[in-house]
Amino acid sequence: MTDGKIAVSLRGVTKRFGEDVVAVNQMDLEIQDGEFFSLLGPSGCGKTTTLRIIAGLEYPTEGSVQIYGEEMGLSPPNKRPVNTVFQSYALFPHMNVEDNVAFGLRMKKVDEAEVRRRTDEAIELVRLTGMEKRSSRALSGGQQQRVALARALVNQPKVLLLDEPLGALDLKLRQAMQLELKDIQSEVGISFVYVTHDQEEALTMSDRIAVMNEGDLIQVGRPEDIYESPVDLFVASFVGDMFFLPGEIVESGTVKLVGGETVQARTTSAPGTSVTLGVRPEMLALYGDRKEAPPGRNAVSGTVGRKIFYGEAIFYEVDSGASGTFDVRVENVPSARRWDVGDTVIVDFHLEAATAFAE
Amino acid sequence: MTMLREQDDSPQEAVNPELERKAERRESWRGFFHAVPAYVYLIVFFVLPLFVVFVFSFASRGRTGRPILENWNLDGWTRLGDPLVSTIVGRSLFVAVLNTFLCLIIGYAFAYWIATRPKQSTRTLLLILVLIPFWSNFLVRTYAWRLLLDSDGYITQLGEWTGLWGRMLFTLPAVFLGLLYGFLPFMVLPLYAAIERIDWSLVEAGRDLYASGTKAFLKITLPLSRPGIIAGSILVFIPSLGAYVTPDILGGAKTTLLGNFIVTQFGAARNWPFGSALSSAILIVMVAATILYFRSGARTV
Repeated sequence: MTDGKIAVSLRGVTKRFGEDVVAVNQMDLEIQDGEFFSLLGPSGCGKTTTLRIIAGLEYPTEGSVQIYGEEMGLSPPNKRPVNTVFQSYALFPHMNVEDNVAFGLRMKKVDEAEVRRRTDEAIELVRLTGMEKRSSRALSGGQQQRVALARALVNQPKVLLLDEPLGALDLKLRQAMQLELKDIQSEVGISFVYVTHDQEEALTMSDRIAVMNEGDLIQVGRPEDIYESPVDLFVASFVGDMFFLPGEIVESGTVKLVGGETVQARTTSAPGTSVTLGVRPEMLALYGDRKEAPPGRNAVSGTVGRKIFYGEAIFYEVDSGASGTFDVRVENVPSARRWDVGDTVIVDFHLEAATAFAE
Repeated sequence: MTMLREQDDSPQEAVNPELERKAERRESWRGFFHAVPAYVYLIVFFVLPLFVVFVFSFASRGRTGRPILENWNLDGWTRLGDPLVSTIVGRSLFVAVLNTFLCLIIGYAFAYWIATRPKQSTRTLLLILVLIPFWSNFLVRTYAWRLLLDSDGYITQLGEWTGLWGRMLFTLPAVFLGLLYGFLPFMVLPLYAAIERIDWSLVEAGRDLYASGTKAFLKITLPLSRPGIIAGSILVFIPSLGAYVTPDILGGAKTTLLGNFIVTQFGAARNWPFGSALSSAILIVMVAATILYFRSGARTV
């Protein structure tokens, strides 16, 4: 998938709005050729601004943008080999589906027979054949989304930029479109830069993810890396479910919780540091007593304080006194033992499942 | 304005057509009751006077020119074929078309500029500035132009100083200046409303799809501001065609336009039937043209 060529390269990109709003701060980023790359973060983190800087809809205050080695400088959006799928689709309301899709080719003065051929092809790619003459306003959200995609892809951009393209769709349709987008991406083989605030979307679709917060690039990596080895509390809490307990490093790799229990955790902090221990609920297991629990792992005792039935899983809140509450998610499989409120249990987890973040 | 109305873009079909129709009918009745005072007002003060004008166009004239409501005839209407009428209609059309065009060019640039100011407060302030002239009487403002354009007026002095123009009062250019000044706000306001509503991400999408700034304007901004262009053009064209005060005060005798010509019929010429026929004819043509225009698919945007 990645043959080492760099599709988009940002170096030291900073974008300021006015005096004191820093939308993007000193961003260095390299997006590989053919990669599905996501920019993930909460609203206002600078991910859309980053995308717009690549598209040429904004110019960086500092730093440089290169697309396949070519310095973009102040070149306007119409001179860049990229196309964008806008958040609200931005379909031209005064044109039908076909004219929307053909717009870019016509602007590039491609000859009309070629325009027709490629437009038909693109409409087929997004499975809208038969809708060519429909007004763009007479389409459902999902159809509009497809037109927006076809309108961008028909130009055979070197990089496709997508700004929360599934944000306006309902859950079922969104999930279906996620898979379809991924399929289309492998079919056309170009890099997709995908902006989203939905961590699940980013995890399921991306080859690599960049997590952003308040204009800073926090972590770049494969979905597994981001999920399993978050670099800080922000990434840990933004991506996936995680609960946190206060503690202190007592010796290398050992965290003492407030209630006195010690647990093994991944950490880079030195002894004596105050830390926050982050654990993912689905990585925990519950046992009746210490003898049942597998040896050589973390085991903390507590009582079941709350039980929430989700269908595919059961969620327990285990109160372990002064140390705090452990959230435990147990898959609802036939072999799973069920617990009731008030039961005394041992919370069991592997040291890899817990990460201690310095405060 | 009807052409500014949002179009229903939901692709869904009615679930129960019968029930929907009933609900719609009830809704429409309720609307009718709300509108009763307006209907009464319009009929008494608008439709009836127009009808009176229409009736008078068939009246005959007494020895002193006084209209007499008997011996109904078509004299007023046959005089419409007079070559003088065609000359004046032609001149008025020329003035109205050119004035609408000038207002459109200047008004569009100005409305676009206002609509693209980032701060709402700046936009509001600029719109208020557009409206300020309305706070004083139109007649007074037109007389002010007369002072400016007269021999010792500032505009004449400026023209003589630069050597570009002389005294413009009582010429066609003076009429154009006056009409442009008077009707520009009627162009700016609907254009502003239309341009302000444009979703700028559409223009960005155009730029992203290889349109240059100019192309994006011609292919996206301009077609999307069409409701404003139509509304503004109608609002300027119709009163320009019937303009009376401006050509009367600034134009002088050589530039008689329709409005002044009609006024003359009711005044000095004492030919009410002819004046009524002329008024009715203009009204009929304008209404027909407007209806035809909207029938021909002007509402596609």
